[in-house]
Amino acid sequence: MDLGEINPILLVASLMVAATPLLLAAIGELVVEKAGVLNLGVEGMMIVGAISGFAISVETGSPWLGFIAAAVGGAVLSLLFVLLTQVALANQVASGLALTLFGLGFSALMGQSYVGVKPPSMGDIHIPVISDIPVIGPILFQHDPILYVGIALTAAVWATLKYTRIGLILRAVGENHDAAHALGYKVIKIRIMAILFGGACAGLGGAYISLIRVPQWTEGMTAGVGWIALALVVFASWKPWRALLGAYLFGGITVLQLNLQAAGVAIPVEYLAMSPYIITILVLVILSADKSSAPAALGRTFHASH
Amino acid sequence: MKFTSLLASAAMALGLATGALAQDKTKVGFVYVGPVGDGGWTYEHNKGRLAVEEQFGDKVETVFVESVPEGPDAERVMTQMALEGADLIFTTSFGYMDPTINVAKKFPNVKFEHATGYKTADNVSVYSARFYEGRAVQGHIAGKMTESNIIGYIGSYPIPEVIRGINSAYIHAKKVNPDVEFKIVWAYTWFDPAKEADAATVLIEQGADVILQHTDSTAPQAAAQEAGNVVTFGQASDMSEYAPFPRVSSIIDNWAPYYIARTQAVMDGSWETVSTWDGIREGMVEIGEISDAVPADVKEEALAMKAAMAAGDYHPFTGPLKKQDGSDWLAEGETADDGTLAGMNFYVEGLEGEIPQ
Repeated sequence: MDLGEINPILLVASLMVAATPLLLAAIGELVVEKAGVLNLGVEGMMIVGAISGFAISVETGSPWLGFIAAAVGGAVLSLLFVLLTQVALANQVASGLALTLFGLGFSALMGQSYVGVKPPSMGDIHIPVISDIPVIGPILFQHDPILYVGIALTAAVWATLKYTRIGLILRAVGENHDAAHALGYKVIKIRIMAILFGGACAGLGGAYISLIRVPQWTEGMTAGVGWIALALVVFASWKPWRALLGAYLFGGITVLQLNLQAAGVAIPVEYLAMSPYIITILVLVILSADKSSAPAALGRTFHASH
Repeated sequence: MKFTSLLASAAMALGLATGALAQDKTKVGFVYVGPVGDGGWTYEHNKGRLAVEEQFGDKVETVFVESVPEGPDAERVMTQMALEGADLIFTTSFGYMDPTINVAKKFPNVKFEHATGYKTADNVSVYSARFYEGRAVQGHIAGKMTESNIIGYIGSYPIPEVIRGINSAYIHAKKVNPDVEFKIVWAYTWFDPAKEADAATVLIEQGADVILQHTDSTAPQAAAQEAGNVVTFGQASDMSEYAPFPRVSSIIDNWAPYYIARTQAVMDGSWETVSTWDGIREGMVEIGEISDAVPADVKEEALAMKAAMAAGDYHPFTGPLKKQDGSDWLAEGETADDGTLAGMNFYVEGLEGEIPQ
């Protein structure tokens, strides 16, 4: 056992990478749920984003175009959910599950010719001087741009929900859609926008896995991250910064436990393997001891009959 | 469950409806732990399935369900296959062992074949390959090629099959490089590309310049390629898309001959319970092409070792060998018996860390 073999700088840097797909997907779903819609199709939208982004960046040679395609891909798939739940007024839980199943199968079909292909590398940002500061530089200023997009998105969602009129309307729709409707807000339209936003974020998260974290295309490669993101939104009490904290905790402990294993620390591996789940849930449950609760209209279908 | 498994269920429903028409066809089912596109373990099993189709043409019908979790859900999938008229079902992961036995009890007329397990019944056979023979070759190349003398090993679950591989690789790396050290990380998954990539990255960050994997996806290969100067080996499948570097060689599981033989046995009515454990000699384990990134003399030695194992002249577990705790295991010249190997739950001397129990 030799803890000295763990490089704390590399550890923190790689935990941020491990957390980003989860964060992107969770932030998107958070907005969707704040608007009162429960979309269980995160996993499906992520994997479709992963292959859309991968395919486009391989074809064009540009990772940026890839990420844009991933966001579009995720949003297009979520359109299907829109059609089912907002237009046809189908059950949201069933539609979301269907979306996941469809996304997994469809992405496997799309990805057939991309197995074993190497995507173009996005490269890391390198700002002169700042990126070279010892310790802080490698941790904070030497990542790929999408990682910063994730953090910026968290801040933007938080500020929008808390301080802007749009955020207020979105929350009103999620808390009581009848009241919002009576006030003249277009409930369905607002929800559609939120769902599309959630789809785009999930797509970005998926592409982050296939283009940066792994980087390759393999069928089913999101391997359940979408479900963890869904759980994370609940445990984070629908608060953006807590979602970020949860994602970093989860990503961090996942990477840390692998590091501890490799360094030969004498903690039984089973405990290490379950630690990310337990610690993340524990911390977020303790944090959510205050009176934060789910949006009141979460999962309820809105039909403007009166 | 995935879209393809939905398709499979739909096909099954259709199969029930048209069952009378399809009486003369032998129906063979496959249960996979990962997606057929994983590029590794499941990919090779699916190649075996396609070989069965090609061999028997119209006389056979195959169905498969992919990404079936190890546990109760597997029982449901197998039951569904059996109900729908499968004559022979291959369950292709260690964790399907008890579900296979349970379902087999309910369908005495259906033949089951479980990969890598050890529980048999009147209608359950087991089959596996001596992957550890391939690991010996990998260990030799790894020991010769490492410069940091740290070899990273991504384990899936601490089961005998995986532990055998670690021991075999270590023994042969140590033999050519006494300073070599193994860092072992348990991923607790067969297939999770992101996690496998993380594990590989962690090992590389801690100084490993050779990565051996016992998980199913090609993600560790991609991580090694990204890192640059790190050697890897294809696992379960050739993974030649990462050749000639980082992937310098591979273990290929060739299931096709076995699947064809067993399907034939069901057709002839000659099927019996067997425990098959074949290696390089029988062709169930193949060594993928050793690339030019490996020095010529090392390549030659590796091929000589492979030839010796194929001829039956060399056993990877040949004494003198001690267990991790220092107690004697094999005396000079003694080779390990299959019983000990099948249930192997200890490290050999020199490996650090404990096996999770």
